[in-house]
Amino acid sequence: MAIDTLPIAKQTPAERTQVVHDGLRARHLSENIFKGLGLAAIILALGFVALLFTDIIRKGLPAFTQENMHLSVNFDPAIVKVDPVPIRNGFASEAEYQAASLKWQRSVALLNWNKVVEASLRAAAPAGYEIDTKDLLTIAETDARHEIRERFVANPTLLGQTVDIDVLASASAVNWIKGNIDRSLQDSQQQLSPEARSLIDTFVENGVISRGFAWSILTNVDSRAAPASAGLAGAFFGSLYMMIIVILLAVPIGVASAIYLEEFAPKSKVTDFIEVNINNLAAVPSIVFGLLGAAVFINYMHLPISAPLVGGLVLTLMTLPTIIIATRGALLGVSPALRQAALGMGASKTQMVFHHVLPVTFPSILTATIIGVAHALGETAPLLLIGMKAFVASVPATPMDQATALPVQIYLWQGNEDRNFFEPRTAAAIMVLLAFMIVLNGIAVYLRSRLEKRA
Amino acid sequence: MNNLVIAALLLVLIGLAFQTGWSKSGSLVTAKGVRVHSRQQYHGSLVAIWAIIPALVALALWGWFGGDVTHNYIVGQIPTDTVLALDQVGLNATIARIRALASGYGVAGDVLPYEQAAGDALRSFNFLTFVGTIVVAGALGLGGLFLARNRIDVRLRARNEVERVINLLLLACSAVAILTTAGIVGSLVTEAFKFFTFVSPLDFFFGTVWSPLNGSTIPGEYGSYGLLPLLVGTLMITAIAMLVAVPVGLMAAIYLSQYAHRNFRAVAKPIIEVLAGIPTIVFGFFALTTVGPFLRDAGGTVGLGINATSALTAGVVMGIMIIPFVSSLSDDILNQVPRTLRDGAYGLGATKSETIRNVLLPAALPGIVGAFLLAVSRAVGETMIVVLAAGNSPVLKGNPFEPVATITVSIVNQLTGDTDFAGPQSLVAFALGLTLFVLTLCLNIFALFIVRKFREQYE
Repeated sequence: MAIDTLPIAKQTPAERTQVVHDGLRARHLSENIFKGLGLAAIILALGFVALLFTDIIRKGLPAFTQENMHLSVNFDPAIVKVDPVPIRNGFASEAEYQAASLKWQRSVALLNWNKVVEASLRAAAPAGYEIDTKDLLTIAETDARHEIRERFVANPTLLGQTVDIDVLASASAVNWIKGNIDRSLQDSQQQLSPEARSLIDTFVENGVISRGFAWSILTNVDSRAAPASAGLAGAFFGSLYMMIIVILLAVPIGVASAIYLEEFAPKSKVTDFIEVNINNLAAVPSIVFGLLGAAVFINYMHLPISAPLVGGLVLTLMTLPTIIIATRGALLGVSPALRQAALGMGASKTQMVFHHVLPVTFPSILTATIIGVAHALGETAPLLLIGMKAFVASVPATPMDQATALPVQIYLWQGNEDRNFFEPRTAAAIMVLLAFMIVLNGIAVYLRSRLEKRA
Repeated sequence: MNNLVIAALLLVLIGLAFQTGWSKSGSLVTAKGVRVHSRQQYHGSLVAIWAIIPALVALALWGWFGGDVTHNYIVGQIPTDTVLALDQVGLNATIARIRALASGYGVAGDVLPYEQAAGDALRSFNFLTFVGTIVVAGALGLGGLFLARNRIDVRLRARNEVERVINLLLLACSAVAILTTAGIVGSLVTEAFKFFTFVSPLDFFFGTVWSPLNGSTIPGEYGSYGLLPLLVGTLMITAIAMLVAVPVGLMAAIYLSQYAHRNFRAVAKPIIEVLAGIPTIVFGFFALTTVGPFLRDAGGTVGLGINATSALTAGVVMGIMIIPFVSSLSDDILNQVPRTLRDGAYGLGATKSETIRNVLLPAALPGIVGAFLLAVSRAVGETMIVVLAAGNSPVLKGNPFEPVATITVSIVNQLTGDTDFAGPQSLVAFALGLTLFVLTLCLNIFALFIVRKFREQYE
C-alpha cells in the first residue's frame, strides 16, 4: 500500500508516522554508510602516514650498517718510494714552504697506492687464492688507497712498518653481502666477478669483513668515485649555514614587520597592499623563489653560485610570510586588557608593544619560527635553481663556499646509477632529515607547552 | 680579522655613547625638583643612535667603493708598459701575487722587483686605508655622540625620537615583503621579455611542441618552446591529485569535526597533519621507489599498461601530500558554520548525515571551494614529486598512465644553476615561472576572495 504517495494533507497522523518509520531504516543505513566513509577516509589518511614511514624506515635502516675491512697494511719501501718530507725551517717564506710541501704531497699522490691496497688484500686472502688484480681491487672501496695515503702523509715515519687499517668494503661488495643484488643472477649481470664474490664470502666468514654502524654516512662528505664512503657531512653543514642565516634574518625582520603591520601601521591603502602582498607571498610556489634567487642574487648581484649564503637568503624570503602571519596572529590574540592597562599606566605605544605585548606572544613566535625553519630545512626546489645541486665533496668552511643541502643530497643520491646501493642510502639520508625535523618540531612543542605554562 | 676589529670598535662606540647619554641624563636628575621628559635609557639610546649611524655610513661607503679604490691603486703601482703588455687574466694573476706579497704570505717562484715594490706599497696603503677608515668613522661617530650629548636637556623628547627611529626600522622591515614581491615580478617579467625576443609569445603560449635544444649555440636554432604539453601535464597531475585529496580530505574533515570523539580527534588530527610537514623530496622518493612500481604491477595484473613514472604516480602521491591541506582548511570552514543551522536541522528530525549533506555542506560550500582552489594552486606549483615521479616526457597526450612533464619540471631542467642567461634555453625558465606565478596568483586571490566572502556571511 503506497501511503507515501498520498498528499500529506490526506494522511492520518498514524499514517504519517508509518511513512517516517518505514523510511528510517534506509535513512539510518545511509547515515551509517556516510559515517563509515568518514572513518574510512581517516583510516586511509592515517594509513598513508604509516605506510610512508614504514616504507622509508624499512628501506633505510639497512644502510645504517656497513661492511668494513680490517687490513694489515705494509708500507713497503719498495712500493712507497718518496723523498723525505720538507720541513718548515728550510724555506724563506711560507709560500715557498707550502709549494715544496705541496710538491711532496703530489709526489706521494702520484705513487701507485693501489699496489699497497692489493698487497694488503692478497695478504688477507687465503694463501694461493687466484684472482686478477682488477677484480681484487673491486672488493675494497676506491677510497681505500686515499685512506692509506692519508695515514702515510700524516705520519711519514710509517715507512717500512705494518699497521692495521680499517677501510670500507666497496659498494658492489656491500650489495653482494647484503643481498641488495639478486645473488642468483648470472655472472654477466653481476657487478663483481665470480672470484671476487667468492673471496668476499670467505672474508665475511673469516672476519676480515665485518659489519658495523655506518659512521661514514654521518661523518663523510659526498663522493662519486667511492660510493660506499659517501656521507652527509657536507650537506649537513650546508643546511646548517642556511638555517642560521634564516634564523638570523627571517625572525627579526618577520617579527618587526608583523609588529609594524599589526600595531603601528595606519589603516591605509598602502598597508592593505602590504597585507595582501604577504598573504600572496605565503602561497607563491617555492620554485618561484628559486627563480628570484637565480635572477637577483646570482645573475644581478653576482653572489657566489651554489653557496649557502644565497640559499639562506632565498629560504629567508620564503619563510618570512610564515613568520609574519604567525606573529600577527599571536599579537592579535593578546588581550586588550593588557594593552589598556599598559597605556593607562602612562606607557607609550612603543613601550606597550615591546614591554608588555611582545613578551606574551613569545611562545607563539618561537613555535612559528621553529616550524618555519623546519619547513625551510626540507625545501629542495629553489635550491636546485641556484646551483646547489652541484657535486661538492668537501665540508663548506664558510657560507660563501660551494655546498649542497640535506634535501638536495637526497635528490642527488636518488639519481645515482648504482640503485642497489644508493636506494637504501637515500632512504637513510631521508631518515636523517626527518629525524632533524622531528627533533625541531619536538622542541617547538616542548617549549610551547613549557613557556605557556609559565606565562 | 679586520672585520672583527671594526665590529669590536663599533660595539665600544655604542657602549661609550650609551654610557655618555646615560650619565649626562643622570646628572640632570640629581638636581632637585627637576622633571626630565625622558628616562635615562632613552637618552643613552638616543646618543648611541646618533653615534652609530654616521660611523656605519662611513664604513658602508668604504665597503662599497673600497675594493675598486684598492684595485686601481694596485694597477697604478704596476709599471704602465707591463700593464699594457698583460691581458686580463695575466693582470689578475699579477694583482693576486701583489696581494699575496702584501699579506706577508709570500708567493712561490721569483719575485720581480716591481712586484716586491708594489707589494710593499700595497701593504702600507692597506694599513693606511684601514686606519683611515677607522679614524674617519670614529671621528664621525664621536662627532655625532657629542652633538647628541649637547642636546640632552630636561625638555629633550628623547623617548619620542628613539621611538621614531624604532618605527622607521619596523617600517623598513615590512618593506622587505614588498621588495620580495617586486623582485619576483621584476625579475620574472624582465627575463621573460628577454625570452620573448627569441620566441614569440604566440608560439610560447599556444605551441604544442616542447623540444628545447639545450647546448645549441647556433643562432636561430634553439628548438621549440610550446607551453601546452607542459600545461596539460600540470593540469592532469593536479586533477589526479585533487581526485585523491578532495574525497579523502573532505570526508576526514567531516568525520573529525562532526563524528569523532574528542580524544580520537586530538590524536588523529596531528598525525594527519604530519603529512603536511614532510619535505616534498621525501614524497618524491616514496613515489619513485614504492608507489610507481606498485601501480605498474597493479596495472599489469588487470591488463593496464601503467608506467612506473607517470602522471598517475605523481598525482596520487601529490594527492596524499595535499590531504592535510584540504582537511584542515575544510575543518576550519565547517566549524565556522553557525551551530543554529545544525540545531535547526536536528530539530526537524534530520539525521546527522542528512544535516551534514543538506545543511552544513551547502552552507559551507563557498568556503570549501575556496579551500580547494588553494589546494589546486599548491598542486600546480609543486615541484619535487613531479621531478622524481612524473617521468619528464613533454609530449602532448591525454593518457594519465604515461610519463608527462609539467611547468615546474621544465623550470628545473632548463635552469640548471649555470648563470648563462643569454640563450632562450635558460631564459624560458622565467617565462614558465611567470606563467606559474600568474596562474597560482589568480587562484590564490580568487580563493581568498571566496573564503573572505564566506566568513563575512557568518560574522
